Amino acid sequence: MKAVTTNSKRPLPGLVLSEIAKSAVVAVWFMFLTFPIMVIRISPLDNIIEWRWMNLLSVGAGTFVLSFLWRYLLERKERGGGHNEALTWQKRVGLRIRSDRRIHVPGLIVLAVFAVIFPFVFSSYQTSIMITALMYVMLGLGLNIVVGLAGLLDLGYVAFFAVGAYFYALMNHHFGLGFWAALPFAGALAAVFGILLGFPVLRLRGDYLAIVTLGFGEIIRLILENWNEFSFGPSGIAGISRPGDFGIGLTLQGHTIYLYYIMIVLVLLTMVVVSRLRNSRIGRAWIALREDEVACQAMGIDKTKTKLTAFALGATWAGFVGCILAAKTTFINPASFTFMESAIILSIVVLGGMGSIIGVVVGAFILILLPEYLRAFSEYRMLAFGASMVLIMVFRPQGIISGIRQRYVVRPEIEPEKGGEEDAACA
Amino acid sequence: MPPVLEVKGLTMDFGGLRALDGIDLDVSQGEIAALIGPNGAGKTTFFNCITGMYEPTSGAMILNPPGRPQMIVNRRSKPPAAVRAVSAVLPQSLREPFMRLSMRRMLKPNVVTEHGLARTFQNIRLFKNMTVLENVMVARHCRTGAGIAGAVFRTENTVREEREIVEFSLRMLEKVGLSKCVNEPAQELPYGAQRRLEIARAMATEPFLLLLDEPAAGMNPRETSELDALIKRIRDEEGISVLLIEHDMKLVMSISERIYVMDYGKMIAQGTPREIAGDEKVIKAYLGEAFDA
Repeated sequence: MKAVTTNSKRPLPGLVLSEIAKSAVVAVWFMFLTFPIMVIRISPLDNIIEWRWMNLLSVGAGTFVLSFLWRYLLERKERGGGHNEALTWQKRVGLRIRSDRRIHVPGLIVLAVFAVIFPFVFSSYQTSIMITALMYVMLGLGLNIVVGLAGLLDLGYVAFFAVGAYFYALMNHHFGLGFWAALPFAGALAAVFGILLGFPVLRLRGDYLAIVTLGFGEIIRLILENWNEFSFGPSGIAGISRPGDFGIGLTLQGHTIYLYYIMIVLVLLTMVVVSRLRNSRIGRAWIALREDEVACQAMGIDKTKTKLTAFALGATWAGFVGCILAAKTTFINPASFTFMESAIILSIVVLGGMGSIIGVVVGAFILILLPEYLRAFSEYRMLAFGASMVLIMVFRPQGIISGIRQRYVVRPEIEPEKGGEEDAACA
Repeated sequence: MPPVLEVKGLTMDFGGLRALDGIDLDVSQGEIAALIGPNGAGKTTFFNCITGMYEPTSGAMILNPPGRPQMIVNRRSKPPAAVRAVSAVLPQSLREPFMRLSMRRMLKPNVVTEHGLARTFQNIRLFKNMTVLENVMVARHCRTGAGIAGAVFRTENTVREEREIVEFSLRMLEKVGLSKCVNEPAQELPYGAQRRLEIARAMATEPFLLLLDEPAAGMNPRETSELDALIKRIRDEEGISVLLIEHDMKLVMSISERIYVMDYGKMIAQGTPREIAGDEKVIKAYLGEAFDA
């Protein structure tokens, strides 16, 4: 598809001039806006007003450069030619990586070796951060089923995370249930909650669904916060057992490494399961549901069942990760399950690329590791984080890695009997 | 041989508006029937009612799938006597919902498709971001049964079923002449090809009756004549009966064996193309009444 925009026909010098003019207007506007705070300083002690004109200049210059850069990049993206070229370039690299064994096999080996030796090379603190990142990979992959594949905007995903965490915490506290015994049940219980949430929202779509799921997430958190007899309220539950090591007697550091490997295995397992589901009968039904609900039903897919399986399976992973979180931190309270968590997990899915497994993995690493390693910039940390999110969404709205559909190899004996000319159109 | 689809007294009210008024229609085995009428006559509403997208106010639908048991779908205009007796003792506020509950007899759209009625849409409704082949594979859903466990563990049955789905879908694409673009995203197909893909997708549900809602809309004469041949081929090769809504009179007259004409929610005429072409009521509905000064 060649999209020729009107812009690409405009002569370049004129375009640059008009962009400079626009950027200049933006710069002046910003200078005006920031004038009271950046230029005037009143010191009540000395009773004088200080005029910092240099600040005005730097605001103006900075805004001008940034605005021009922004416009330039947007323009380049808009321009049909550049856009297409970029797309084919990315497609080519992507296909090359996927199809050429000489590239992806060594790549995977390096990645695997890095993942295996990671806890021995880096400090226990780094390992702990990596465990968190891996947990978010799992959460992202779980939410990816609901949001990315089935297209159901779920803003209360953290509720299932909380269900899993509190299930293990309470079972451990009251009955001394171990991690390994609790893990499958935490997932199953979260799935039940997924279905419980699924039933009332079967008829809802889009914004309405988002609001109801948001409410559901808050309800779970508020129950945990206020029902003291059940959940110990805001003070939470402490002293939860770490994952059982089958009598080896690991040290604290050993436990971190142990958990790291558990996470690696679970993440790999999740990736395999989700990718298999995605290209199965159920997965296709989810995607069809996302694409067109009416047509999906008309093609014989039971909407109710399909939605509920999406909610249940998505929630299962949150339940697993909840259980792991409780075992990792050995302490949980409702403050870990705020709406902010749901928002971050959703950002992982949207930023990484809806429906794409690798995309979600990359997204999770960026969103969790970036703020950690930006700690050096202390107060600018969240600013840089926010800015990078905005940039990605503007320049790659489909996410860092967009979902790729499974390609099928057509057997050579299948040849069209007639209508060859029409077919030429889509070759 | 009884007709494969028999609709009796189908009525649909939207609030005070009677969109369908006691429609009777039947389609015989292996027949291509057309439903025509001016805009707003209620043709698409009729499709939506029999495919379970709308719940009609009253009426019945009888399906006689060849080689399968008969299916009677009944929508009563009044609840049965027993229900009315029970509802009399209920509080006023519960009476109406209770009676309505007992009258819910129409099928859900996916169940209708399972029973063998497949449809296409007036405004194309493909799964745009899925590939051409996947669009057709989705339609195999109701004829296959692999579950979550099967997909996760890739059991032998699931793998075989997947292979069968792909093969079946490819055959359908071949029939409509799209077998060369199986891996294209559906939205990148040209318009005419999208229409044909919709037909292939409907066929993949193995229907005994294909309901086509304005299949030739927006097509050029060449594409329309290809569609004409395609519909006939589907009927002849697969033995699938066809009921289509269409405005293109040339197509309607050329392919249909029987034509139903609707106007203002009522069936005003039915007959062979020749009969319909000379029917006064039909001419009146389309062209308006002649003035006698």
